[in-house]
Amino acid sequence: MSDVTDATTGKVAPTPDDGLRIADSNEGGPVLAADGTPLKKSLSRTLRRQKMRALLLIAPLLIFVLVTFIVPIVSMLLRSVDNTIVPDTLPQTVSAISEWDPTASDLPGEPVYEALYYDLFLASEAKEHTKLGTRLNYEQTGLSSQFRSVGRDLDEIGEDQIDALEDLAEDTWDNETFWFDLMRGGETAENSDQDVLDRARARLRTLTGDSFTGGTGFLPGAEISALLPRTAYEYASFAVYTAIAEEDVVAEEEPWESVKIALIQELQAGADVASYSGFGAEQLVAAQEMLADQPQLNFKDSFLEIDEGWGNPRTWKTLSVYKSSYTSGYFLNAADYQLGFEGVEARPENQQIYITLFMRTLYMSLIITGSCILLGYPVAWILANLPLRTANVLMILVLLPFWTSLLVRTSAWKVLLQQQGVINEILVWLGFVDNANRLILMNNATGTIIAMTHILLPFMILPLYSVMKTIPPSYLRAAKSLGATNVTAFWRVYFPQSVPGIGAGSILVFILSIGYYITPEIVGGTDGVFISNRIAYHISSSLNWGLAAALGTILLVVVLVLYWCYDRIVGIDNVKLGG
Amino acid sequence: MKLTKTLMATTALTVAAASAHAQEMADSMTVVSWGGAYQASQQKAYTEPYMEMNEGLEVIWDESSNEAVAKLRAMDEAGNITWDVVDVVAADALRLCDEGLAMEIDPEEHLAAAPDGTSAEEDFGELLVGDCFIPQIVYSTTFGYRTDMVPEGVEAPNDICDVFDLETYPGKRALEKRPINNVEWALLCDGVPKEEVYDVLATDEGQQRALDKLATIKDDVIWWSAGADTPQLLADGEVFMGSTYNGRLFAAIEEQDQPIGMMWDAQVFDLDGWIIPEGLPEDRLARAMDFIMFATDTQRLADQAKYISYGPARASSAPLVGQHADLGIDMAPHMPTDPENAKNTFLYNYEFWADYRDDIDAKFQAWLAQ
Amino acid sequence: MTESQASDAFVAFDRVQKSYDGETLVVKDLNLSMPKGEFLTMLGPSGSGKTTCLMMLAGFETATHGRILLDGVSINDIPPHKRGIGMVFQNYALFPHMTVAENLSFPLEVRKIGKSDRETKVKRALDMVQMGAFGGRRPAQLSGGQQQRIALARALVFEPELVLMDEPLGALDKQLREHMQFEITKLAHDLGITTVYVTHDQTEALTMSDRVAVFDDGRIQQLAPPDELYESPQNSFVAQFIGENNTLEGTVKEIEGGLAQVQLDDGGIIDCKPVNVSKVGERTRVSIRPERVEFDKKRLKEGTHTIKAEVLEFIYMGDIFRTRLSVAGNDNFVIKSRNAPDQTRLTPGETIEIGWLPEDCRALDAN
Repeated sequence: MSDVTDATTGKVAPTPDDGLRIADSNEGGPVLAADGTPLKKSLSRTLRRQKMRALLLIAPLLIFVLVTFIVPIVSMLLRSVDNTIVPDTLPQTVSAISEWDPTASDLPGEPVYEALYYDLFLASEAKEHTKLGTRLNYEQTGLSSQFRSVGRDLDEIGEDQIDALEDLAEDTWDNETFWFDLMRGGETAENSDQDVLDRARARLRTLTGDSFTGGTGFLPGAEISALLPRTAYEYASFAVYTAIAEEDVVAEEEPWESVKIALIQELQAGADVASYSGFGAEQLVAAQEMLADQPQLNFKDSFLEIDEGWGNPRTWKTLSVYKSSYTSGYFLNAADYQLGFEGVEARPENQQIYITLFMRTLYMSLIITGSCILLGYPVAWILANLPLRTANVLMILVLLPFWTSLLVRTSAWKVLLQQQGVINEILVWLGFVDNANRLILMNNATGTIIAMTHILLPFMILPLYSVMKTIPPSYLRAAKSLGATNVTAFWRVYFPQSVPGIGAGSILVFILSIGYYITPEIVGGTDGVFISNRIAYHISSSLNWGLAAALGTILLVVVLVLYWCYDRIVGIDNVKLGG
Repeated sequence: MKLTKTLMATTALTVAAASAHAQEMADSMTVVSWGGAYQASQQKAYTEPYMEMNEGLEVIWDESSNEAVAKLRAMDEAGNITWDVVDVVAADALRLCDEGLAMEIDPEEHLAAAPDGTSAEEDFGELLVGDCFIPQIVYSTTFGYRTDMVPEGVEAPNDICDVFDLETYPGKRALEKRPINNVEWALLCDGVPKEEVYDVLATDEGQQRALDKLATIKDDVIWWSAGADTPQLLADGEVFMGSTYNGRLFAAIEEQDQPIGMMWDAQVFDLDGWIIPEGLPEDRLARAMDFIMFATDTQRLADQAKYISYGPARASSAPLVGQHADLGIDMAPHMPTDPENAKNTFLYNYEFWADYRDDIDAKFQAWLAQ
Repeated sequence: MTESQASDAFVAFDRVQKSYDGETLVVKDLNLSMPKGEFLTMLGPSGSGKTTCLMMLAGFETATHGRILLDGVSINDIPPHKRGIGMVFQNYALFPHMTVAENLSFPLEVRKIGKSDRETKVKRALDMVQMGAFGGRRPAQLSGGQQQRIALARALVFEPELVLMDEPLGALDKQLREHMQFEITKLAHDLGITTVYVTHDQTEALTMSDRVAVFDDGRIQQLAPPDELYESPQNSFVAQFIGENNTLEGTVKEIEGGLAQVQLDDGGIIDCKPVNVSKVGERTRVSIRPERVEFDKKRLKEGTHTIKAEVLEFIYMGDIFRTRLSVAGNDNFVIKSRNAPDQTRLTPGETIEIGWLPEDCRALDAN
């Protein structure tokens, strides 16, 4: 090769072999390109530009797929295990309840109820408590109204003590300016406790999902915050919420009951007010003296007074089971199990439905796929063997259903299939069926199978047709010339070659039918509905999106597993959509 | 404190409302409703006169009410609320309120008083369910039957328990594919006194009892999920009797002359009305508030009854209900609230169903799938 | 052809006609009979009806009229799979989903031949085409030539007495094609099989066949052994179609003693053998093979007519020289001369006298 010379210059031109020769000359080193750079580097540099250009070309589609397909799927997967609403709404309760033994028959102690009070108070101010009630109602019936009622009546807790406190002195404990000055440590406060404000912001941020940034016009005093930490924290939460969410001036708003309750609790618990000398010191001393005679606050009793449900250990057990940020509960529900108090257990028999529906969905999808093969194969065969002009006309007939809306087609089947419908009328008229015993062709599994087979048939015919189109007639002739009868020739020679088309059609039809819900909803009655109908129900009616996501995820996994099995058994290379 | 808080909130809202009126209102408004005859009646009674008063206003209709809760939740998560006024049933309004997706309403401030000065709160009375719901109409879910399929020599069905009597009234029934209403009727016909129905239904045994009663007719039931199904099934002769909304039956009987009779017994009252989504920008909120104030006044609610046989939600509107706009018949006797029709009625138990909906529905669906 | 002749033959077409559309005949009155063991090639341009004839013989097309006899029995109504005729298709039609061995085993299986028998026969057939090692491969893994051999083996494995081949070598390159031509002929003769071979390649037809049937316009134009076909074409179509050929047009001036004098249109007179002309004054097209034209006077017989020709082009082709001349208004008159040491190389522009033996120049029909 080295004798190949450039005719004009006489110099030896670089040839593809140069690299090899150079490589040969310094054995062991990397293969070098003609200019001495490593061949790999040189190659990847050449390819990089091509790759970038290719990437740019597919970028719009890639972004589109990411945004409209991958992101929703991932968010669905996350939603199926997401339980952050519980720890986000009741953070203190959740941490307090871990001390409690859910297997015990007694109720949790006072600290848990106390934590619940403060959590719920803020949540109900931010109107988040009913969301939690809705969430937990999926697990235990009654919690929805329990949370709603407790939100309404929460400010009645400790009413007597608050009244006593407010009655103690005029224009003091019911005065918003006094409170404001107290909590910022007077007008001339030098040290402030920024930390408590930040904690309050963070708390509201996780609770509501809003950012809660911006000025509050309030800085907690360091001294008062050290003396009455709980009160300071509650007041800070109040201040942040008032200033940012409600856009009011903190100093002009009377603090929430929870702030006063916190103060009463801390004074009763013996806060060392004597050592405090800042703004409102004497009022605090007076309040502590007065409160010494008042009964201690009992949150447990107060909660039970509002709703007996808070005295039901089940409520607490449910809360305890669902206290973490992530839960397997939705997935267990989707498989007819539940997170019981003593671990995973089967759901009560009269609530088991999902396994039945999954099995039915798979089973009926198989039947539909089978019917599509049986009906579609001969059609595709005829289409593939007719002259092109005729085949095109017939192909339009096959495609015609695609141009009609799904709802219209399904409704048309309703007209055909119902008991007073066209098919029954004809059968009765012909005398095949007695007028009193008309066939029940819809509002059951039969209806779903008939309508869906029709609707999905084109998805079977098209891949079959395009595969059959590529099978030359000479194969059948060859088989016959070799002595095979028509049947043998078809079965041993033609059919195996059309299997990739059947495979492609089956995958299409099966996967489409597994996810169908409009048609089963309309003609399926009760035993012809699919798992998708339940998913749709949980999306749009029960709003249990977590369960819907879990069901959807399972469906996705089932499809992927089936696809994998198909690949293992038939081989995905054996699937052809066309030549 | 509660009172102070309310007062302060009211003051705040007053200020907000006043400033809202002062500022520009959006010149386009998206109204969500149910489509069909009901939406048409709203267009004639509410939006058309409102648009005459506000030239240049564009009203966009979206027929998404049956999935309003799910869609609003999705919009809220996406942070882009495109609806301004949403027509929903009271149960959905409660849920939207619970989820913080609907704005809280102060009837005194946001709704017009009756012409005689009765306050809106009093005029709507107990129909003001929840904090966010602005009632519009009272409708009922009740039974209709094919008059020509009543067996000879038998009285036409007029008792809710006739639905469960397959011997006297053989034929298919159409029931809604959800437990609500069906289980109440089942218990009623299983001998539970009306006032105890929900107590019984709150127990596992009671729920099973209701399903067992429904099981006696299960083989003859076609389950519907869209309000239009039953009138169609009745018109096709597919079923003998079926439950649906009274307005649908009115249309089938009076407007389409179908051989269908009404059976008002044990009709279940429910409410339909407006909510305003939480978190609208100020100009759109001002527009929505202005529209709601107009569309729920005494005259407008009475006007709607000219087009559809649903009862206006205001007490003060009842005397103003006149004749059907096209048919010229008196509408009062066709109202579910008419004393003749309302001898035995239920009111949809919002509180109960908010709690038991998921539980009983799971059992109901499992029972259906058996 | 008479009835008795037809029934003596192994394969016979008896007044066979074929029409697809009911308006035109694709095959017009075909009569043909083949003895056992003969290698017969149907040669003709596309659309000449040769493939249709083959398909009728195989049973994939039915004759519109007439009978097709196999070993004296009419097979018109026998379906293809019962005819027991081996066939090699244009694109081999090897079943892609079966291995080579399975492909070969297929005709044996459908004949319900036992497993061990099958294996022996498959092995023998594969060995016969030197493909013994490829039994486990799929057709797609083989080269074109290998596929060709397998197709051949498959057509032979069930030991048919008649094998049909439909342009089997069309897809191969030239070298391989020539090699396979040889192998197929050898196999057919060794096994004593009767073969009907369809091709449009005349070289293939000439090298392989015992007899060649030249098809045109739905008729057999000439049925003869290759040498006869080449040297004594019966009409101008055959003369044109087989081999390279120079034609000159003229009028018959005189026929005497198996010799005709033809006056060309430019006045020159040549000696010809009358083949398709019978009377004086008739228009004729004379045909001379390029290698039979002489320009060296010494090598021509005394008294032979010669005509003037102008050299237009001289092409050196290695084994031969090819010279293009202008003769009697025909600028495409070609002569070929062997590259021998004493051979003259003509130069363009030169004017020469050319002539030939009268029996090499055939006066044919003018059509």
